[in-house]
Amino acid sequence: MKYECVLCGYVYDPAKGDPGSGIAVGTSFDDLPDEWVCPECGAGKDDFAPVE
Amino acid sequence: MMTRCNATSPCAPFRAVPVSEHVYWVGAIDWNVRDFHGYATPNGTTYNAYLILADRVTLIDTVKAPYQREMLSRIASVIDPERIDYLVSNHAEMDHSGCLPSVIDIVKPQNVFASTMGVKALTDHFHMDRDITAVKDGESLSLGNMALTFAETRMLHWPDSMFSYLEADGVLFSNDAFGMHLATSERFDDEIPWPTLEHEAAKYYANIVLPYSGVVMKLLEKLPGLSWSIKAIATDHGPVWREHIDTIINRYVRWAAQRRAMRAVVTYDTMWQSTAKMAEAVAEGILAGGVPVKVMPLASNHRSDIATELLDVGALVVGSPTLNNNIFPTVIDLLTYLKGLRPQGLLAAAFGSYGWSGEGVEQVRELLTAMKAEVVGDPVKVKYVPDQPALEQCYTLGLSVAEALKARQHVES
Repeated sequence: MKYECVLCGYVYDPAKGDPGSGIAVGTSFDDLPDEWVCPECGAGKDDFAPVE
Repeated sequence: MMTRCNATSPCAPFRAVPVSEHVYWVGAIDWNVRDFHGYATPNGTTYNAYLILADRVTLIDTVKAPYQREMLSRIASVIDPERIDYLVSNHAEMDHSGCLPSVIDIVKPQNVFASTMGVKALTDHFHMDRDITAVKDGESLSLGNMALTFAETRMLHWPDSMFSYLEADGVLFSNDAFGMHLATSERFDDEIPWPTLEHEAAKYYANIVLPYSGVVMKLLEKLPGLSWSIKAIATDHGPVWREHIDTIINRYVRWAAQRRAMRAVVTYDTMWQSTAKMAEAVAEGILAGGVPVKVMPLASNHRSDIATELLDVGALVVGSPTLNNNIFPTVIDLLTYLKGLRPQGLLAAAFGSYGWSGEGVEQVRELLTAMKAEVVGDPVKVKYVPDQPALEQCYTLGLSVAEALKARQHVES
């Protein structure tokens, strides 16, 4: 499932991962490390909401 | 007056203004600007930079590029700018960083500091061949005889934004937070009438900070735990707060909560006065329903002034003619702008005149829905010129808006 940063609008897509932060393609949002932050604005995981 | 002029200390008469024992205001006053990236600034603005005369002389932020001469001149009135050891960038937006690369070249500081996201933002702006040191949330930087503490304020209102706090003087450098666009020769809040401060600070909050109200609430909850004894809030725009510190913080708490009042705004544009006549009837209906209303035609109200109303207005009613099968350009301009500001908990309604097809009104309704506003009733559409029954429909729409607003207030109270 995709998750959107409620602050800046960035969408985390498991199909793309977040290579810039060392997150492999296929990593689910739940499996992201707790210290992972939004690559655009630095928001924490708490500031993400599932995209319907 | 200056005894020598060169690139570092330009020939100019500007003076630094003391803020506290060790801090001077060394910013620039922009008496000219009337449009700040789409925000009407009828009273101009200031770009504030601050000089800390510590063992390690530190400059907090710089100014918009064309104002470098003014800033350097103010610095030179108290110290040779080349004696600056540290530069701190609290916010990478170009009204505060525009002359940063040039100032680095001129004063050759030992180090430049920014938040983690600030380092990235400055790099993406200026593509400088220079290291900038990232500082972390809560980290303290020794300036020798005193320390500067940093607090990240991500998305208040950019990813890089941060506060710096100088405990020795109790000065909080708050970047854009608590700021306002107001050019004055006075540098402190107690020298300016409160209604002016309140209006300009509210307009600034509504147009710049509103989308990040959640961040504001979290930050203000965190603030007391930091045990900062704030004697001055040195913002990046407008006067330094030293008299109304608690009041402006409390205003931020209120604005962030977006508590909506029993008040409505009717805004519209019109081609041949048909949508204008509908607006009059809608407004009369709202008033008859017992709710005060402000009519803000787009021909005479700037989008940023309508945005200011969104801080606490309960209902927004929008009228648009249909022009060649589309919403009127000024209306989509407004709604695009307002959507970006993410107002919460608005009631809304739509109306408008058309000649054929009439898509404009439906587009208004869709945009209001996209803003997550609760749309009251069906949009009222009138072909060409409204007759008496059509105006009564508009009046009834106004009554429905008033009723919905009162019902909601009743539930909340």
